[in-house]
Parts: sequence; structure tokens; C-alpha cells
Amino acid sequence: MSLTGPLDVEVVRKDFPLLTRTVHDRPVVYLDSASSSLQPRTVLAAMDRYYETTHANVHRGVYATAEESTALYEGARRKIGTFIGAVDPKREIVFTKNATEALNLVANSWGRANLKAGDVVVLTEMEHHSNLVPWLILSQAIGIELRYLPVDAHGRLDLCDLDRVLDGASAVAVSAMSNVLGTISPIPFIAEAAHRHGAVVVVDGAQSVPHLVTDVKALGADFLAFSAHKMQGPTGIGVLWARRELLEAMPPFLGGGGMILDVALDRFSPAEAPWKFEAGTPPIAEAVGLAAAVDYLTGTGMERIVAHERALTTYALGALQERFGDECTVFGPPAGGDRAGVLSLAYRDVHAHDLAQVLDQFGVCVRPGHHCAKPLMRRLGVSATARASIGLYNDESDIDTLIEGLAHVGTVFG
Amino acid sequence: MPDLEELYREIILDHYRSPRNRGELPTPPAHRVEGFNPLCGDEVVLSLEVSDGRLSDIKIAGSGCSISQSSGSLMSAAVKGKSIEEVRELIKVFKAMMSVHEASLADGDRTTGVEDASEPEPVDLASLGELAALQGVVKFPVRIKCATLSWNALVQGLDEAAEGS
Repeated sequence: MSLTGPLDVEVVRKDFPLLTRTVHDRPVVYLDSASSSLQPRTVLAAMDRYYETTHANVHRGVYATAEESTALYEGARRKIGTFIGAVDPKREIVFTKNATEALNLVANSWGRANLKAGDVVVLTEMEHHSNLVPWLILSQAIGIELRYLPVDAHGRLDLCDLDRVLDGASAVAVSAMSNVLGTISPIPFIAEAAHRHGAVVVVDGAQSVPHLVTDVKALGADFLAFSAHKMQGPTGIGVLWARRELLEAMPPFLGGGGMILDVALDRFSPAEAPWKFEAGTPPIAEAVGLAAAVDYLTGTGMERIVAHERALTTYALGALQERFGDECTVFGPPAGGDRAGVLSLAYRDVHAHDLAQVLDQFGVCVRPGHHCAKPLMRRLGVSATARASIGLYNDESDIDTLIEGLAHVGTVFG
Repeated sequence: MPDLEELYREIILDHYRSPRNRGELPTPPAHRVEGFNPLCGDEVVLSLEVSDGRLSDIKIAGSGCSISQSSGSLMSAAVKGKSIEEVRELIKVFKAMMSVHEASLADGDRTTGVEDASEPEPVDLASLGELAALQGVVKFPVRIKCATLSWNALVQGLDEAAEGS
């Protein structure tokens, strides 16, 4: 595909085998990328090729395939580091199981080494449970205090009291993009303020890295966590990026093979970062798949992906409003620069499960529920929403089918 | 869309729009029990009054989807005034219709019913009355736990009431 001009979604769609299948005799309409994205053929082929020609454990054998396997794994580390603008891609990327494990690593390793009872960690009301529960666990274990940045009526972070909330804080852990509201939060602004108060900045990038151009230097973050499977990669691998000096000062999180320099019966010394955080055989094939996913995103062009998804989000918000008016609520900010393609819907008073069930009959995949953000759902005053989320392979016809399905909901529950 | 019509039968939609026995009873004498579906946030609050071996009154509160709410409403109408023995028998028949084994309904943790779908027990649908309308749910394994939410709570409530007496 040419890298000039807008993204050609018809060409992109051909790269995703799953989009050719049908459900209930209708073409699948995949609108659940915020939960997990689809994989292009190149990612699947890269993982197959790895298992068919190269597989061996990394960092151990001296035979040819073991060397090749290690080179692929470490190459994936450099590729993902470069993709997000890391200063030292080779030493600043830790592979984890997923974004959740990456955030748990920060809370457990950095948190336990640097925080004590009474220290303050600032979170927000719109955090996913993965950036909430690890800090709640830490709070129960060592007595840190948690403060929350509130969400305003438009679904944005209310930063009016930012300086007061940050006063005395040791860390700020914040999502760059809400998985419920699609809100893109001003991380550089928050990070600048946090650093002024001497707090480190932990960014949950699970939603933002797949859908925005990411540069950790521009974000001003100290930690960034994200998952491969939301960015066209496989499940089973996530990433923690951290500034090198932070990683080097942190104690290990999980213990085991591969993360040590030396072990005796009464002591051990850990390997250097990032390897001291990668105990046990890592997800090698998944790292190969993630590298292929990065190649796919880069080859397609992140700027073009962002522009395509933004245009489609604007189309969807407009079309839903035009067709259903006040009968359909989309939570979160209006179309604009801080609005991504996560559409949490309420339709009349029909429960999200019933919405999703009817939509399934149209082949439309949306996610009903609380989206692992129960405090935010309470703040919105709903127990569940039906969430349609956009990926680079979605087009206007997908939104039109969503609307056709919603109209049928009215017929069933009329 | 035949599948949808089978799921959302008129009786179900009627009980969803006009739930029976809605509300709570003062405790004591009533026994209060809550049921949650952690996956979707649906909740049910049952108030049970047991006297002389009968479920003399039942109220149901909470919020959720059409299947969980109508199943609770249908259940309350079906069990109210029945002897505990009859209620337990009805639970057994309902569970059989949902293709859920006793253990999995009782613990409430794995009520998807997927693994049980291949070994259906004979169900006397006539004995279920209006509850038979929920039969269509079995085709939608994820929704079985919506349909069984209030029944889980009822089992728990009856057990607790029996222990307490």
C-alpha cells in the first residue's frame, strides 16, 4: 500500500482473514477492538514461520536456531522500543504477559521499593481495573494513600485541582485513553505537573498505543504499559517501557530462570535490566508476532490509521445522533481531537446484554458490561454499556450495520 | 430472526416490562440474599419469608438484563406460596432445562452450561408452566448465567434459612 494519501480500508480489510467469515449467515462486523484486535495475515505467518523454522529457547543454547531465536526475540524488543520512541530500545523494554502484568510489575517492584505508609499515589476515576487494583492491593499491603482525579460531565479528566491533588504525591498512574469513554487525556500536561511535584508518571497505554502515534519522550512518561493483542499482535505478550535508570534501580518482580546473574543457596543477584524482569521462558513466538504487528502498523502508517479512525468515529457519532437522537446515548466527549473510537452506548432503557444479543444476530461484535471500570460506571450512573470500538479495518458500512441492528432492538423491545 | 424470537418470547418481555413481586420485605422475619453476576454487573436481591415449611412470601429487587430480570420475576411467581419441597423440586426441573448440573448452579461460578449441553436430562416442561418460556436461553450459553442468577440466590437463601432455623 502506498504511504501517501488516506488509508485505503478496502485494501486493509483484505489483510485480516477473520473478516472473511460469517456469523448467523451475515458477514462479521468486528467492533470490539478495544477488547482485543484482529491480526493481519503477516502476523500469523511470522509466528508460524518462527515455529516451523527457528523455535528454540532464548538466551541459552549455542546452536544455530537458538542463536536465531534469541536474535528474533531481542530484535522484537528493539523494534517495539523504536516504535514508541524509547531512547534506549534495547534496555528499556520489558516483555510481560500483558498490560495488566506490566502495571502490576510497576506497583510491586517500583512501588514496594519506593513507597511507604502514607505516601500518595494519584489515580483517576476512569482507570481500568488493571491500573486500579494493583494500587489498591499495594494500599492494603503497605498503607499508601490513593487520591483520584475526577471525571467531568463530558467524560474528560477534571484537572482544575490538579496541583492540589498532586501536592505531596509520589506517583501518578493514569490511562492515556479511556477504554470506556474514548477520552484521550492530556498526558504531557499531567506529566509536566507531576514532575514539578516530584512524582513519577505511570501511563496505561493499552488503548492509546494501538490508536495514536506514541512517543514516550513527548508523553513525558516514566512508565508506559500496553498489550500486543490490542495492536494487531497476538495474545500472551505485553510491554512495559520505563526509563532505563528507573528499571536499573528497581528490584525484580518475578523470580526464576533467566533473570539472575548468580544464585547460591542463601542469596541471588539479579541480571541487568530488562532481563531481570523476565523470569522463565518468555513468550518468544508472541514477541515475533508483535514485531510483525509493529511492521504492519508502521507499513500502513500510524498517522493514516489515526486519521482513518478519527474520521470513522466522527461519522459514527453523527450517524447515531441523526438516526436515534436522544434515544441513543454515547458516553464520552463529542467528536474532536481528544475523542477516540470507543463508543459506549446506551439505547433507550434496554440493557447492554440485550443490545449486544440483538446486534450479534446482525454479525455485529460489541462488548456489553462494565468494561473492567466499575468505579467509572458508577460515576456515569449505569451498570453496563454496550461498547462498539473501532479499529483500522472498520469502515462506514460497519457503522451502518451497527445502526441497522440498534434499530431492530427497538422492534424487539419496542 | 427466529433465534431472537425464541430467546425474547412475549412472556419474557412481559415479565421484564412488568416484573412481579417487585420490592423487598422487612428483615427479620424475611431472609435477605443477594446475587451478583461479576461479569456484567447484574444484581438481584431476594427477600424470602419461610413459615410452616412454605415459602410464604418472596420479593425481588435489583437490576439487570431482560433475561435475568424476567427469570427472577417468573421464578417469584412460580415459587410463592409453595412448600419448600415443591420449590426445591421446581429448582431441580428448572436447572435441568438450563442443562446445568446441580453443583454448578449451587456454586454459581461456572453456570455457562457449555460443558453440559451434550447430556440433556429429560425435562417435564409442562410442570414448569410459564417458566418454560426461558427454554430458548439454552441456545445462548453466555445468557444461561443471566437466567440462573436469581435461582442461585434462591438456593442460597433457602439453605441459609434452613441453617438459621
